[in-house]
Amino acid sequence: MSGVADLPDLETRDRPSDAPSIDLDALYRESGIGGMLAGMDRDLVGLRPVKTRIREIAALLLVERARRSIGLRAEPPSLHMCFTGNPGTGKTSVARRMAGLLHGLGYIRRDHVVGVTRDDLVGQYIGHTAPKTKEVLKRAMGGVLFIDEAYYLYRPENERDYGLEAIEILLQVMEDNRDDLVVILAGYRDRMEVFFRSNPGMASRIAHHVDFPDYEAEELLEIARLMTAGMQYRLAPEAERAMADYILRRMAQPRFANARSIRNALDRARLRQANRLFEARGSAIAAADLLTIAEEDIRQSRVFTQ
Amino acid sequence: MRLTQGQFSFLPDLTDEEITRQVQYALDQGWAVAVEFTDDPHPRNSYWTMWGNPMFDLRDAKGVMMEIDACRVAHPEQYVKVLAFDSSQGFETVRMSFLINRPAEEPGFELLRSEGPGRRIGYTVRSYATGRPAGQRYGGETRHGP
Repeated sequence: MSGVADLPDLETRDRPSDAPSIDLDALYRESGIGGMLAGMDRDLVGLRPVKTRIREIAALLLVERARRSIGLRAEPPSLHMCFTGNPGTGKTSVARRMAGLLHGLGYIRRDHVVGVTRDDLVGQYIGHTAPKTKEVLKRAMGGVLFIDEAYYLYRPENERDYGLEAIEILLQVMEDNRDDLVVILAGYRDRMEVFFRSNPGMASRIAHHVDFPDYEAEELLEIARLMTAGMQYRLAPEAERAMADYILRRMAQPRFANARSIRNALDRARLRQANRLFEARGSAIAAADLLTIAEEDIRQSRVFTQ
Repeated sequence: MRLTQGQFSFLPDLTDEEITRQVQYALDQGWAVAVEFTDDPHPRNSYWTMWGNPMFDLRDAKGVMMEIDACRVAHPEQYVKVLAFDSSQGFETVRMSFLINRPAEEPGFELLRSEGPGRRIGYTVRSYATGRPAGQRYGGETRHGP
């Protein structure tokens, strides 16, 4: 009811005298997010829910900007985020992109990410934690503070742990300096849930919980392709098939870490390729040989023999 | 008497927004910004007390503004200045320095004359404020560091 009653009031108070039309498309183009979102689609394989959320945030910020341009009230939204997911699902990569995106949208002033872990925030003796945490926060001001494995901040098994002090300072800054700093927490899902359960203040100050799903086998193959291209290598067609086999076998094994496992596999394949070329150093090597990772470089992996 | 030391001292006192922009300029040049304070306004007093360490790795002025605010709250009745240190070779010196806080009342300086041999006169200045011990000069207590 109150909403209806408020409406006429709102109309007279907040609406500017003439009602200009807003060209959202022009705002979109000049902010350069189009390019950034396209770059994200190109460089990050899969991660559909993540991309959807980022698009939503981009749309929200764009609309906020449009509202402000015609004099409507536009509270800066809270953009603290929590990225949860298994190892190697791209949490850090997305966080690094986030700074560029939010900067392009004019939400943060600088395009920088300060990545920290527990060691950078929590001190070793009484009175050490607060200056240390403040130092990090000062450094991150104007940009994104990325706290990897944030659940280590809170150690319930040790009640005299200084982590809580860091959390308290963090909470206060997240509240008071909302337009100066975006905090992104990252970590494994189950542990993050425990962390939030024991720190309800932290959970309530984080507006966006983004879950990073595990990659499918085809997505991992695509990632492998992107990675080899990024390292200026090429997978021979048979090597690509070997890679697909490798991925299926590796996924079934313990300690599988998504894209990180793929990167490690490629690093080892490079090692074997270099060794193979070195063994054959008597004959001349073509430029293509230096570029190409052959099937045998991948098939020799321990994964195929186990 | 209004103290005029450092940059901008003949202008009206800088607003927070203006300070932010000056600090951001210094950071953009890659200079380290420091905050210092004193209650001895003599122009030759170059040893002001440091408010924490110089800030070497900041990129945004907000971090400096937090320290500035903290220092001003702790020493509302003292002189506080911001300086920017350029560490690049060939400079290695302070490139910017300006006052951001001053006591409400500034009593000014006294000109002292002392007569020497042959009726030679030596001149010096003395701040009226420094007649009292450090910490009691402008009312208010002195606290060191953040």
